Amino acid sequence: MSIRAPVNRIVPFSAVDGPGNRTAVFLQGCPFNCLYCHNPETIHPCDNCGACLSACPTGAIRREGAVVRYDRSLCIMCDACIRACPKSSCPRLRWLSGEETMEEIRRNMPFIRGVTVSGGECTQHRDYLLELAALAHREGLSLLLDSNGSHDFAQDPALTAAIDGVMLDVKAWDGAEHLRLCGQPNDVVLKNLRFLAESGKLAEVRTVVVPEEMNAAQTVTMVSRSLKALGAADVPYKIIRFRPMGVRPAYKHFRSPTGAELDALEALARSEGMERIIQI
Amino acid sequence: MRPITMEEVELRRQEILDTIKDPTASHEQKVTYLARHAENFMTVLDEPAELDELMRCEQEVRCICNLFEGDAPYRPRYITPDYPKFLRQGSRFLQLDPPKDLFEVFNSLMILYHNVPSITNYPVFIGDLDQLLEPYCEGLDDETIKKALRLFLIQVDRTILDSFCHANIGPRASRVGLLLMQVESELENAVPNLTMRVAEDTPDDFLLAGIDCALHSAKPSFANDAMFRAELGDRYCIASCYNGLIKGGGSYTLCRLLLSGIAKRAANIADFKEKQLPFVMDVMARYMDARIKFLVEESGWFENSFLAKEGLVDRKNFTAMFGLVGLAECVNLLMEKEGKNCRFGHSEEADRLGVEIMDLIDAFNKAHVNPYCEVTDGHFLLHAQVGIDSDHGTSPGTRIPIGEEPDELIDHLKNISLFHKYFPSGTGDIFPVDLTVHRNPHYILDIIRGAMKMDIRYLSFYSSDSDVIRVTGYLVKRSEMEKLDSGENVRQNTTGLGLGAAKNCKILDRRVR
Repeated sequence: MSIRAPVNRIVPFSAVDGPGNRTAVFLQGCPFNCLYCHNPETIHPCDNCGACLSACPTGAIRREGAVVRYDRSLCIMCDACIRACPKSSCPRLRWLSGEETMEEIRRNMPFIRGVTVSGGECTQHRDYLLELAALAHREGLSLLLDSNGSHDFAQDPALTAAIDGVMLDVKAWDGAEHLRLCGQPNDVVLKNLRFLAESGKLAEVRTVVVPEEMNAAQTVTMVSRSLKALGAADVPYKIIRFRPMGVRPAYKHFRSPTGAELDALEALARSEGMERIIQI
Repeated sequence: MRPITMEEVELRRQEILDTIKDPTASHEQKVTYLARHAENFMTVLDEPAELDELMRCEQEVRCICNLFEGDAPYRPRYITPDYPKFLRQGSRFLQLDPPKDLFEVFNSLMILYHNVPSITNYPVFIGDLDQLLEPYCEGLDDETIKKALRLFLIQVDRTILDSFCHANIGPRASRVGLLLMQVESELENAVPNLTMRVAEDTPDDFLLAGIDCALHSAKPSFANDAMFRAELGDRYCIASCYNGLIKGGGSYTLCRLLLSGIAKRAANIADFKEKQLPFVMDVMARYMDARIKFLVEESGWFENSFLAKEGLVDRKNFTAMFGLVGLAECVNLLMEKEGKNCRFGHSEEADRLGVEIMDLIDAFNKAHVNPYCEVTDGHFLLHAQVGIDSDHGTSPGTRIPIGEEPDELIDHLKNISLFHKYFPSGTGDIFPVDLTVHRNPHYILDIIRGAMKMDIRYLSFYSSDSDVIRVTGYLVKRSEMEKLDSGENVRQNTTGLGLGAAKNCKILDRRVR
């Protein structure tokens, strides 16, 4: 019996979700609640409250008993449902098995080199990932995860072995700061940083820079220093500019860092020995 | 020679005066236009009687276009000299000994380029530059080669005054190829156009250098080496916009079917397929036959040009290009006439009709024989023409109209893969890409590698914020178009064509990928 996962969106070609051209699969639901999240509608699972039903202009969302159903063929992607949702969720979900997901991915071959599963937080659906990874490998495609690091990979050797790598977000080095920014501690995130680097499964590290809300210099310095010490200085480090697009109204006023601020962070990472720093 | 009336003479005299007074034409451009006016006084071709109603009529209902080729062809449209032979033997006519080092090679090439005509009077193919130059670069350091290349390429850009001039590199990686791309990305010039042939064994590093150069200077474009080689053999080259031709030869002529005009004549799909299209194709083929017959048998070019006399071209390596534009609009109009609301690039039924129409054109072409196209088995080669600035409501070749591109690039590529196989003498699609791709050039690499496996023939990319951009097949600088638009004259003919295309054909509005 196949395990299904709530798929929010499949982007056929993505230039920004890992090396080369990849199909990106976005799953619903994330245990973190980062203030600056730029797709907050993927944080909470839909609880079938129905607040979006009347907001939909095309009748793509219907109630069937206790459940809210979504008809993709009627949807015009206007996002009215997302704006109507009181819980940072989205009714536009399709519960797909690994094979059903793969069917859509196959359409994009031979133009892609792999698949990236993102979110939300994809590791909440680890059984689905196991199946999808096996299917992707059968097609000669790599499978990467884009993860917030909340899943303890050291305790999950089967998943670690099944995937080709993790693109890990390290949102803050300082535990208290992480708790304030994301609503969760970062012990497991930092443990994963070490464990994945040691097991050769760290495909990329990322830090989103929101100048006044965090000590980005500390995070960039400490991430770089630990990776260098682990012999992983060649792992790409993406330093990502905060942008207000998609961010919830309460946090839209956060400031985007200047080019000079990002350059200074890049210089810090370089001075700690990191070799491949990418500003986005 | 048929006589012409005094009214026609007066009309032509007015056109000549307009050219003489044109404030936006440079001297070189005026000379070219004046020569064309003179040529068009002639009535020497044995044209089909039905040609006038299909070609010399209002643009709205036009079905055939000769792309301003004059009425008395006195040189082939495209000429692709055998440059390696020229370097081996020098030229008696040009009084040049075989060059002995890189500097003599550049000097000799510049002199020869000046003497290679074409429809534009500038050379449309300037050689496989990497293979040509490689033997002369042994023992030279990179900086010396780059300096020589830089001077050479600047001279090409400033003296070959339109960007239908095309150089080739690849599929093998080479030091000269890499250095040439480095210099081109620094220069950001519109001329020459550049194609990298890509084969399965072209190394990723070489291809990535090409992608990096393309994001700076909108070139090179990427050609499917395996496809061209299978159709045209090992001696193929890419000339002008993206035209696959045989080296040491070229193309006598290029005329094009205006498919949307033909669709207007048709009552429905069946009428289009059974009557209108076959009728127009037959007239155009006979018109091309007449042009070729005059050029080969009467103009004397092949007997008297030093290029032919010295063996740099051979008449037997020439063919001709049977072109077309506006498949998308043709399909959409026919669907409308059938009362169906489905559009090319967005519906399987519409795309299928496109394929059926292409199969008919392909079958017609393979059945038509011209005695002077021996090198391509006696047939013309199909060509998806890139359009001209005066085209309204007609998309190049088989392209999806700008503004109607599918949301997802994969759907766009699937459409493209249906049509590229029909056009050995060239077709291509163009994609502006977003700056973030600069951080991930492998994204484009994957698309190119995939395309080669899907029988996609030719792809171009440019960065959406670059100064050099690809108009339809050729390159222009946005900054030069702005100058021309404000009434200044500019060096290159193609800047004017680009400006027209920007205004009429929405080329600045392509969907960014």
